[in-house]
Amino acid sequence: MRSFTYVSAPDVDSAVRTLAETPGAKPLGGGTNLVDLMRQDVERPPTLVDITGLPLTGVDELPGGGLRIGALVRNSHLAAHPAVRSRFPMLAQALLSGASGQVRNMATVGGNLLQRTRCLYFVDATAACNKREPGSGCDAAGGLHRAGAVLGASEHCVATHPSDMAVALAALDAVVEVRSVRGARSVPLLDFYRLPGDTPQLETVLEPDELIVAIDLPAPVTVHSAYRKVRDRASFAFALVSVAAALETRDSEVVAVRLALGGVAAKPWRAVEAERVLTGAPATEETFRQAAEAELAAAVGLPGNEFKIELARRTIVATLRRLATS
Amino acid sequence: MTTAPERTRPAATRQDGPNVGRPVDRVDGVAKTTGAAKYSADFPYADIAHAALVHAGIARGRVTAIDTGAAEAVPGVLKVLTHQNAPRMAPPPKVSIADLSTMAPGTPVNYLNTDEVHWNGQPVAVVVAESLEAAHAAARLVRVSYEQQPATTDFAVAREHPKQVKNSMIDVGEARKGDAERALADAPVTVDLRYTTPGQNHNAIEPHATTAAWDGDRLTVHDATQNIDWTRKHLALRFGVPAAQVRVVATFVGGGFGGKGSVWAGTLLTALAARATGRPVRMALSRESVSRTVGGRAPTVQRVALGAERDGTLTALVHTGLTQVGRVGGGAERVASQSQYLYAAPAILVRHSTAEVDALPNTFMRAPGEAVGSFALESAIDELAGELGMDPIDLRVRNEPERSPLSGKRFSRRDLRRVYARGADRFGWAGRDPKPRSMRDGRWLVGWGVASALHIPVPLPGDVLVRLRADGTVLVRSGLQEIGVGIATIVAQVTADALGVPLDVVSVEIGDSDQPTAPGAGGSTQTSAATAAVLQACEELKRSALGLARRAASSPLRGARPGDVETRDGGLRLAGGAGESYAEILGRAGVPALEARTGSDSRLGQAVGQARFMARFLNDRRRWVHPATGVHFCEVRVDPDTAEVRVSRWLGVFDVGRVMNAKLAGSQLRGGVVMGIGAALSEETLVDPRTGRIMNPGLGEYHVPVHADVPRIDIECLDEPDPTTPLGLIGAGEVGITGVAAAVANAVHHATGVRVRDLPVTLDRLL
Ligand SMILES: Cc1cc2nc3c(=O)[nH]c(=O)nc-3n(C[C@H](O)[C@H](O)[C@H](O)COP(=O)(O)OP(=O)(O)OC[C@H]3O[C@@H](n4cnc5c(N)ncnc54)[C@H](O)[C@@H]3O)c2cc1C
Ligand code: SF4
Repeated sequence: MRSFTYVSAPDVDSAVRTLAETPGAKPLGGGTNLVDLMRQDVERPPTLVDITGLPLTGVDELPGGGLRIGALVRNSHLAAHPAVRSRFPMLAQALLSGASGQVRNMATVGGNLLQRTRCLYFVDATAACNKREPGSGCDAAGGLHRAGAVLGASEHCVATHPSDMAVALAALDAVVEVRSVRGARSVPLLDFYRLPGDTPQLETVLEPDELIVAIDLPAPVTVHSAYRKVRDRASFAFALVSVAAALETRDSEVVAVRLALGGVAAKPWRAVEAERVLTGAPATEETFRQAAEAELAAAVGLPGNEFKIELARRTIVATLRRLATS
Repeated sequence: MTTAPERTRPAATRQDGPNVGRPVDRVDGVAKTTGAAKYSADFPYADIAHAALVHAGIARGRVTAIDTGAAEAVPGVLKVLTHQNAPRMAPPPKVSIADLSTMAPGTPVNYLNTDEVHWNGQPVAVVVAESLEAAHAAARLVRVSYEQQPATTDFAVAREHPKQVKNSMIDVGEARKGDAERALADAPVTVDLRYTTPGQNHNAIEPHATTAAWDGDRLTVHDATQNIDWTRKHLALRFGVPAAQVRVVATFVGGGFGGKGSVWAGTLLTALAARATGRPVRMALSRESVSRTVGGRAPTVQRVALGAERDGTLTALVHTGLTQVGRVGGGAERVASQSQYLYAAPAILVRHSTAEVDALPNTFMRAPGEAVGSFALESAIDELAGELGMDPIDLRVRNEPERSPLSGKRFSRRDLRRVYARGADRFGWAGRDPKPRSMRDGRWLVGWGVASALHIPVPLPGDVLVRLRADGTVLVRSGLQEIGVGIATIVAQVTADALGVPLDVVSVEIGDSDQPTAPGAGGSTQTSAATAAVLQACEELKRSALGLARRAASSPLRGARPGDVETRDGGLRLAGGAGESYAEILGRAGVPALEARTGSDSRLGQAVGQARFMARFLNDRRRWVHPATGVHFCEVRVDPDTAEVRVSRWLGVFDVGRVMNAKLAGSQLRGGVVMGIGAALSEETLVDPRTGRIMNPGLGEYHVPVHADVPRIDIECLDEPDPTTPLGLIGAGEVGITGVAAAVANAVHHATGVRVRDLPVTLDRLL
């Protein structure tokens, strides 16, 4: 790891001021991703602003049944929170499916949203990677990309976003609350991430000097939800494909649905096409299949990861089936 | 994973003493669990410096320039060693059967003494610094320029140009009985199948670590090694000092599995860095450096073709394997090994070939060859059973040989029929519906698979010193390696029984080249070598003690002959019970301690000992085959939507000869199953075929099984002695992994109807 300056921020104002005044400075949450990447010489921030002392650790009720989650709430804490478990089960399940108990104890909500891709070439500082070094090329496209994207990828980058939590948040219409010296702004999670296009180094709409302070969850459309993660071993592995789904049926008809996919794109993928097919349709296997087909119609695989399209289709159907029958 | 009580034969039917055969706790268990046990990176030295490796980023070529300026500017950096400034090392020796320690290096590449690069990841520089952090930071800043040469980096391409392995003492290139291809063509029922297995990396819990300190021309090395003796001899040779001036200490080793059986770059370069800086140096390799500098299991392509009569009688068995080797080292994986021993086919052909790749040389990994060869053979047997409509166990029983099928030699012991029967009974195999996709548990598809296990340990000689003190306590010393097996515990058990003393008066000191030379911990051989030597030394002690007693007028043992006395109750006793304790015998004689040691310290003595051992070994091998055998029963659940595979139940029944300590043997066998589950379902070294670079050099993306992947594993041993070995032992270190991947693949086939012939069985291969 290269040497760097460490600053501990006493309050939000001074944190954003330091970020604004110090070129290249990065907030340090749990450090479970950032510090690893610094060790691998992938991230090279000259300054770290430790934000873990900031009072952003609350989970508070919002009027109307929503929640405000502080950016420094630890993943394990959030997963165990009674309001999350009862009203947003898919979020609790998504958090618990990620990493390990030890990592979740350290990981913060803000850091989780901004964790970087697990692309094998991104983390190998000797490889060509447009995300790490814009314009250098993409070694993954013609190399190993079994975990690569099948939706929204570009010739410049085929990486996926690794977060489980963010997939649930995408399905839950979360809003990211941001602060900087310029003031506060709210960004819907669905507008927060960018697709790679020809600038894969730009992953979100967050400016370098902006700090995530909270995530707002509106009241869920239904508490009947689940997160299903499919991976290469039973635990402690990133998703090949994951599905966050909420489903409400009345008289065997879908009256409300939220669906998002993980492991398939550079961002958590809200399945709007599928939701359109599902809404108002009979809650049957056939509908679920059609919805999955509709969403995945645009999916394109690379040699070696096409299986993800079929896997996503099956996982969508299985998750909806389970919600419909339980 | 839970620990089930170990099942062994009831103690009442044994002829042993009170300790051997008992599942006693590890003598070093407390030290290990409390952190008191010192591993190679734990030894403190004042003014210690830390080292880190810089790896080549190309597969083949020359280093044209190394810019170390930025690295040297990092505060705390002492030295950046490259081929331009590193002290010279003598080149590695040519491999010779006359001196097995010549096999010590994993490659002939003379690290940092050459500008040549032979694989992507070869060390090209070493940074030495005051702190570990500075060393690692600076290592990232070393800029290397290369002149690249055309390289073969893709095994899939290299395997178009196979080279047949020559028959030798070490390798089987080709062996045949009858005309197997002809018999195959004539067989009424056949399968002819191709299997592949990927490269696998070593990931012992303790990454390789070395602490090295020079004192003039004397070198002390704390090294995570499975082979103290070879390491010492090899370091002496490379650094041009007498072996007597090199001390290698490996008190505890955090797992080896073959990855610490050779002397790899980390060990040599730590000693080199210590010499170059005049400081004690420690190098604890990162996971990445382990992956890039320590060989693993080679990828393989195998053909298994079986011919049978309609009643299942085998008429032909062909097993050929093509495996990767490095252009600069590594050896053929003997994937077809078990096909020489398992089934009674009248016509057999086994053949091994290799293909050279510009890659890190492969090395030993638990049951080298057999672990992945058994995947092919035991899958093919299952496929043949399917063709025949026969139960896979019935098929195996029908072809159970009376003598070793290829050579016609006798088995010293083999009772696989009973092993199959016992396993089938305990697992409930009779309740299996043979139709694929016929068994379910809720939404899960359930499958049961079976596979045989077989491994033939390689015996090696080893020496011990046993000291019997006048206070009745006993000390055993031997340069054995504790890699997790529990070797000190077993040595204590055998010593206690051999001398007739309680276990807690025996202390065992191991892990140091100053002690009598022991064999490396490999080939499932250490336990049998050590215990045989202990028996011999204890017999000598008994004679010496009796020699003192029988001359004493006041001794009840006066005039007794060795045949008249037993070692019992802390001393020597006559059949009638009269006798004396060792304390009494030694005390009266005024002898503070008696000592016996096997082998010799002198060069000549060692050479004579080796030659004698070799002669005995060859004589034994002319007559006997000593197989450790077993059978695995596996249950999997497969998600019908996503094809995720979960192993849900495991039973292994084994015949490893006499079981010295059921707890320890159980751990060995169970650990083999866990490692086999990794090979079956998830482990794979990912290499970019364009660059030859390992792309998953860490535990994040190299998927070893986690707890949730491993069910309770039941282990049972027949526990009957091999009548031809000193303690009836065969060896339990490696047989456990053989057959595991096939049992899983066979179970997956039973659950899903899909046959996967390429490891690992990831879900995309089942969709
Ligand atoms: C072994 C391992 C396995 C894992 N497995 C999974 C898994 O299966 N699923 C999964 O989803 N994740 C997994 N992870 C990733 C883990 O979830 C993330 O590392 C973690 O959530 C990051 O949180 P952190 O607080 O530690 O972030 P940090 O590492 O501190 O920061 C990450 C990034 O976010 C920025 N940042 C942090 N907080 C803020 C803020 N408030 N405002 C603006 N920027 C901020 C940092 O500057 C940095 O760029 C795994 C991680 C490890 C180490
Ligand atoms: S896929 Fe993206 S992250 Fe991976 S190498 Fe290509 S550009 Fe880099």
